[in-house]
Amino acid sequence: MCSYIVEKAALTGSAKGRGWMKIDTAHVYYDHPFHAPLDHALGIDFINAANGGRERVAIEISAESARELVRAILSALESGEQEHAAAAAAQAACPAAASAG
Amino acid sequence: MSYQALQGETIPFRGHDGYQSEAYFARPLKTGRVPGVVVIHHMPGWDEWTTEVTRKFAHHGYAAIAPNLFVRFGPGDPDDVVARARPAGGAYDAEVMGDVAACMAYLRSLPDANGKIGVIGFCSGGRHTYLAACTLPGIDAAVDCWGGRVIVDDPKEFSPQRAVAPIQFTARLACPLLGIFGNDDKNPTADQVNRTEQELKRHGKTYEFHRYDGAGHSFFDYGRPAYRPEQAADAWQKVFAFFDKHLAASAGQPAAAA
Repeated sequence: MCSYIVEKAALTGSAKGRGWMKIDTAHVYYDHPFHAPLDHALGIDFINAANGGRERVAIEISAESARELVRAILSALESGEQEHAAAAAAQAACPAAASAG
Repeated sequence: MSYQALQGETIPFRGHDGYQSEAYFARPLKTGRVPGVVVIHHMPGWDEWTTEVTRKFAHHGYAAIAPNLFVRFGPGDPDDVVARARPAGGAYDAEVMGDVAACMAYLRSLPDANGKIGVIGFCSGGRHTYLAACTLPGIDAAVDCWGGRVIVDDPKEFSPQRAVAPIQFTARLACPLLGIFGNDDKNPTADQVNRTEQELKRHGKTYEFHRYDGAGHSFFDYGRPAYRPEQAADAWQKVFAFFDKHLAASAGQPAAAA
């Protein structure tokens, strides 16, 4: 609440607001939102700090939503990485069959 | 209802250290001397709510000015500017005090000024108000609305931008102070509000504190669940009664006769 506490995460990737842009940093904070009708919200600003960080793609979500998002991210990562690892292993064992499948 | 008119606009002004700054300025369009009020915005920035509050003072007969305290973080929509100000730690106290002092000078320079100046601030602006009332000369009345960190209990809350706890300057408070607080607020807590009051008492200062049950932080803000219409309506009445008492003694007098 009215704090200047910001967690920073280094990222590799892109984000889309008005258009796609490269991003390298996420600023994460829990404070009064600007738009969401909440007293406090988890905010994330995705920026390209190397490019001055003036443009951002932002979200403001409830604390409960943020925890659900974290769970979904971890779940998607786990299942996705398992799936891709299995596919890579299959291709390594039998390249022709894996590519045909 | 009598004829009503006011003008609200963004104006340039020279802030702390001569920095080319900007403020939202609103004034009633009427003849006669008017008191001035500096509106210090909350941490969510120089936003639409701040301009609405500034116009509210103009509606009630005050020339009101709200400086953009985050102007040094560049142009843009208020939320984008705050997104840059937050990780940078916000504005320095010295910058804020300099900007407020410059706005006070602007208000005094108006041809229809009655010479009285009030300061009001919300949230972090409440803390700035307390600091201004204790350290800037020429303030006739000050209103601290739920200013957090007037008392700092955790030294980790100090930063280069906010290196002092305004409570330490209470002995220098030179104007009446009105405090508006929600008893459910976590910043400031009810205990911190009590200790601030004790310090004001100890130094024999003139003050009024009003504490509201069922209200927390930012309970004036009608865009959030924190809004408490009954408490906010009562507190706004307290604000205008306080400023009318301390600032508006000369209001309504024809400018040419003064």
